[in-house]
Parts: sequence; structure tokens; C-alpha cells
Amino acid sequence: MLNLKGKLNDPELCGRLLERIRKSAERPFRFMEVCGTHTVALFRSGIVSMLPKTMTHLSGPGCPVCVTHDSEIAAAIALAGQDNVHLATFGDLMRVPGPKGESLKKAKAAGARIDVVYSPLECLELAGADKSVEVVFIGVGFETTSPAVAATVLEAKRRGLKNFSVLCFHKLVPPALRALLAAPPVSPRVKSDSEGAGIDGFLLPGHVSTILGVEAYDFIAAQYGKPAVVAGFEPADLLQALAQLLEMRKNGTPQVRNEYVRAVHRQGNPKAREILNQVFEVGNARWRGLGLIPESGLQFRPEFAEYDALAKLGLSLKDTPPIPGCMCGEALAGLIQPPRCPLFGKRCTPQNPVGPCMVSTEGSCAAYYNYGF
Amino acid sequence: MNDILLLDHGSGGKASHRLINEVFVSRFSNPVLAGLNDAARLEISGPLAMSTDSYTVDPIFFPGGDIGSLAVHGTVNDVAMLGAEPLFISCGFIIEEGFALNQLIRIADSMALAARSAGVSIVTGDTKVVPKGAVDKVFINTTGLGRIIAEPMPHGGGAKAGDAVLISGPVGDHGLAVMSSRAGIMLAADVKSDSAAIHEMVLNLIRAEVEVHVLRDPTRGGLATTLNEIAGQSQVVIEVEQAGIPVRSGVAQAASVLGLDPLYLACEGRVIVIVPEQAAGRALEIMRSSPHGGQACRIGSVLAPDPDSGRPGQVLLQTPIGGKRLLSMLEGEQLPRIC
Repeated sequence: MLNLKGKLNDPELCGRLLERIRKSAERPFRFMEVCGTHTVALFRSGIVSMLPKTMTHLSGPGCPVCVTHDSEIAAAIALAGQDNVHLATFGDLMRVPGPKGESLKKAKAAGARIDVVYSPLECLELAGADKSVEVVFIGVGFETTSPAVAATVLEAKRRGLKNFSVLCFHKLVPPALRALLAAPPVSPRVKSDSEGAGIDGFLLPGHVSTILGVEAYDFIAAQYGKPAVVAGFEPADLLQALAQLLEMRKNGTPQVRNEYVRAVHRQGNPKAREILNQVFEVGNARWRGLGLIPESGLQFRPEFAEYDALAKLGLSLKDTPPIPGCMCGEALAGLIQPPRCPLFGKRCTPQNPVGPCMVSTEGSCAAYYNYGF
Repeated sequence: MNDILLLDHGSGGKASHRLINEVFVSRFSNPVLAGLNDAARLEISGPLAMSTDSYTVDPIFFPGGDIGSLAVHGTVNDVAMLGAEPLFISCGFIIEEGFALNQLIRIADSMALAARSAGVSIVTGDTKVVPKGAVDKVFINTTGLGRIIAEPMPHGGGAKAGDAVLISGPVGDHGLAVMSSRAGIMLAADVKSDSAAIHEMVLNLIRAEVEVHVLRDPTRGGLATTLNEIAGQSQVVIEVEQAGIPVRSGVAQAASVLGLDPLYLACEGRVIVIVPEQAAGRALEIMRSSPHGGQACRIGSVLAPDPDSGRPGQVLLQTPIGGKRLLSMLEGEQLPRIC
């Protein structure tokens, strides 16, 4: 594995791929990645600094924490204040600010019971240990994490645990991409002739695609005539994918390709999808920056309704006022690059984040702040 | 004497005296300390360098060192970073009730050896024993005093455009050694702390009249953080080449498994040396022939800020594939209590 990693970092190979990119980038090309790990890898490797000026890197709705809607964050924070509730969450969500600057981290400091877990299965131990509290897992993220949540729900059912439920905020990647292509987002704060000029191609996520496979994205080329490539995370993976995107555009042969064949099977992981489908069904979801997208999220199937924390605890998602000045939404929609936000690096920094894209280590604002110059 | 420390040992009474004499004075043996006065009388003249540091490392014994040797090395090195010859050290122990006496003796032995090897005397000290839970096992504070022999004195604000940035050896060993021993796992057989006194190497540079602009030991926050501090203090841009930064393969592999970046891991026996370009070759020669400097190498350059090279205070990293990115300061520590 280390040998392969060495090869994929080889300066000579990367140099040749960059040459291919330069040859095909005469015209402006705006590419979007939709995976937080890609965001970071593009910066850390230095690729962002090496691309021709004609290429614009857009960091789309690919960071799980960032796309979680204001109203969903607000619901989680509201739940943290309830007696007899023990929340469990992935770490990054702790610092995401709500509209009034509140966060799970602050709620915990004030006495709420909140645990950071590395796997949703840990919730079952918590629930088993204290039956007097309701253990609620905050389920965010994409097809990469949701199968593990589904497996946890199945296990809870097998164990007969009655005090475990999930805030089901899971989202699906392909419907969001379709929404971006079908009706390109607009914002009153971004002039359409400046940056928001559409997307010419997609770097498709590596991890999500191990579950989904490749066919789920075919519509990108078939219906919208745009190239898309599933990419790995090493420099040569990313450069190879970008070269292919540009060449497909140049040759007028847009396709959806898989460059990450060592990890992603064309059919994905049918077993994981089967577990997912056993517990969840497709439903509407709210996305930060993109709003309500039909059939872009997961909801519990009726036979698993008892695990739906919203219904069980009598909560509903309420419209929340937007965070004043924050342009995370515009960044996630590909309308701007983070430094265009008036708060970036001034009022909003990783020390003191205003919006979620500055909180998550994989958020696009944090990546620009930590690696851009 | 009991096998564990009791609150009595910090009371100032007979138990305290026995402990101080039997554990510390006998081991740190020097006439100034043996006088057992309230303060140490020292003969020293000229500009002085003084530095203090508290050591709380967890675990207290780790591959390549322990809290005692670290407390001597860390303070000796801090004093040396002003181009000074370290001479005297004070030490204050805060010990948790119930701490094993044989462990304290092991720490005192290690401090005595480290001080003797570094040519410094431990001339004054203090011992407190506090109730269980008030500290974690043992904390040590050391203060060092030395005579500055460099003229002009190297300092963090001394880096100038055109200077070369040198490092005395591989980075990240200490942070990773502490991390792996804390986790109770041996991640790689050859990972151990680089804890060492490096003042000889520094003094060799000064004595050879190399014009040294900056000396800094990259302890907490590692190489990346210290370079950022220098760039900020000097209001310059520092550019380093990732492929040129020495990292032991065992450290690189273990760090990758743990999701840590070796450039942010503490070193306790390394020094960043910034000198004018034309002095770089000679400085490297001297460093390489000094103890702990065998793998010294050049890692980058100091640039004047401008729109192309970066803003004042920025550190840029040239990646192995030839790209560039910011090497920023970490938001918090990758690991707490590594020194």
C-alpha cells in the first residue's frame, strides 16, 4: 500500500498529468468536488496552486457537517436541552453554530449530556447502560455513514432496546448534484455574471461511491451533457481525474467514469445498500445553501418509526433565521469561493467560526483558511 | 523511608529534610546546593539568558527519556536559543501523595545525569507533596540561567529575506514517542524521543563566528508552529520544501496511522537555525559534526513578503509534487501534555 502511495505521489507522474491538464484547459473550466476529503486533498497536495488559471475549483455540498441545515442543527441543540435525553454525535458537529451562536459544545458545557462517538454502535452501549434516558444519535452525512446507522437500528431492534432513536438528517449525493444541474442556484448576494456561471464537470466522491457505485451518476452525462469522474485521494488520482474531465469536454464526449477502480466497484456495495433500504426510504431533505430538495434524503420506513427521534420526542424542524452575513450557502452551491464571503478570515475563522464550513476540518472555508495563500 | 511519598514529605519537617538530602542533594551534588541555604549564591557576569518551563508530560517515562531528563534538556535548550551558555538550573517538584519513591529516585537520577552531561549545575530547588488528585503523579518546574556569548544575539525577529532555514535533524520523534507510549502501543520499533541538550551544537556555531539570525527549538506545536512564530516575529515569509524536511520512516508511518502530521509533532532535541545564505554551508558542516546534529540539513528560505510570495508572517510549504500551500498554525494542540 505504501508503495502504491509513493507512486501516486510521484512528482514525474504528476508532472505529466499536469501537462495533460494544461493542454486541455484553454477555455475556462469550473469543476466541483462534492467530498470533504477531496477538498482537503486538493489543498494539502498543492494541486490547487498548480492548476491553470482557466480552471476554477468549487467545493460543493460534500462535507456532511456543512450541508446539515440550520433547522436541523437547531433541532439537535433544542434536544440537548431536554431532560432525560443523552445525545451522541460525530465530533465535528459539536462546534457548529446555530443562528444565535449556540452550539452543542456550549450546551454540553452548560450541563447537557452529549457524547462524541466514533461509531453509531456505541450508542447501543450507552442505551443499554442507562434505560432511564433516551439515547439519540444525530445522524448526518451521506451514503458513506448511513449504512452503519441502519445496521445500528437493526441491532437495536434485535436487542429490543426501547430507549434509542436517531435524528435522521441523512442526505443523498446524486439528487443534490441533479438539483445543481437542473436549476442552477441563484443568490441575491452574488451577481450571476461574476462567479455563479455553472459547473462544467464533477469530481465525484471516492468514499460515497464505494457504496453507490458509478451508475447512480450516469444522468450527469446522459441528461446534462457534463463529464464526471469518480476520483481517489492521492495527487495522481486527482490530477488524472481532472485531466479526464477536461479531455472529455474538449472532445465533446462527456461520460461518467471511474478512475478510483482500486476502491470503487461499478456496482458499489449492494449489501450496504440493502441494509440501508431495509431501514430507510427516500424522502425530502433540507440542505444548507440548496434548500429543500425533493427525494434527496432518508427517512425511516414505517416499520422502524419507533426509532425516529423527531416523531418519538415530538419535535419538528422549524424555519430558522439565517446566520447574518454568512455565505456558507452560496459557497456550497458553487456560487462563490469562500474568500468572497465578507466574514471570511475576519469575523469568521476556525478559532471563532460563524458558519459550518469554517467549523469542519473538511469544510471548504476552513480549507481555504488553513491552506490557501 | 517509606516506599511511597506522604504529605509529610512536603511538610518542611524531618521527613522533608530526609527526602531532600537522600534523593536530591546527594544526586545533584554540587557545593552551591549542598549549602542548603534559602537561595543559591552565583558568580556570573555579562548579559544573561533566563528561561523557565514546567513539565507535565504524560506518561512520565517514555521511550528515549523521562520527565526528569526532559526538564533539564528543555530548559538548557531554551537558554541556549539566545546564543547563551547554560550554567545553572533550579528545579521545583510538585508530587502527588502516594507517588512511588523508587520512581522519584529514577527521575532524580535521570536529571542528575542529564545535568552533568550538559555541564549545568542544579543549584536550588523546592519540593511539595500535594493531596492525591491535586496533580497527576509529578510535575517539575525548571528555571535556567546562562551567559549570552553571541553578539549580536539571535532572536525570533531576526530572520531576513535571503536567509537559509536549517534544521538539526528529523522532526516529530518526541511527540510520536509520547503518543505511542501513552496509547500503550509500540507503533514502530525505532520510534523514541529525541530529548537531548543541544547547546553544544549552538555554541559551536557561535564560537565559529557564524552569523546566526534565529535559533528556535521546535517543541510544542512542532516545526510548523515554530516556523509560523518566527515568520510572524520577523514579519517575513518562510518557504520550506516538504520533501527536504527529514522525518524518520517509522515516525512518518506511525503518524499516518494515527492521523497526525509530523510537522506539528514536538521535538525536544532539535533546533531551527536561520543564517544568511552564504553562511548556510559552513553552519551545516558545524552542526553535522556536533552531537545530535548528524542529520542537519537545509529545509527552506526566508523571503520578502510580496503579492506572489505571500504576506508577512506566512509559512508556505512546497509540496512533493511541486505545488504550494500555506503551512498554518494549528488551532489547538494535536496532543496535550507532551512536555
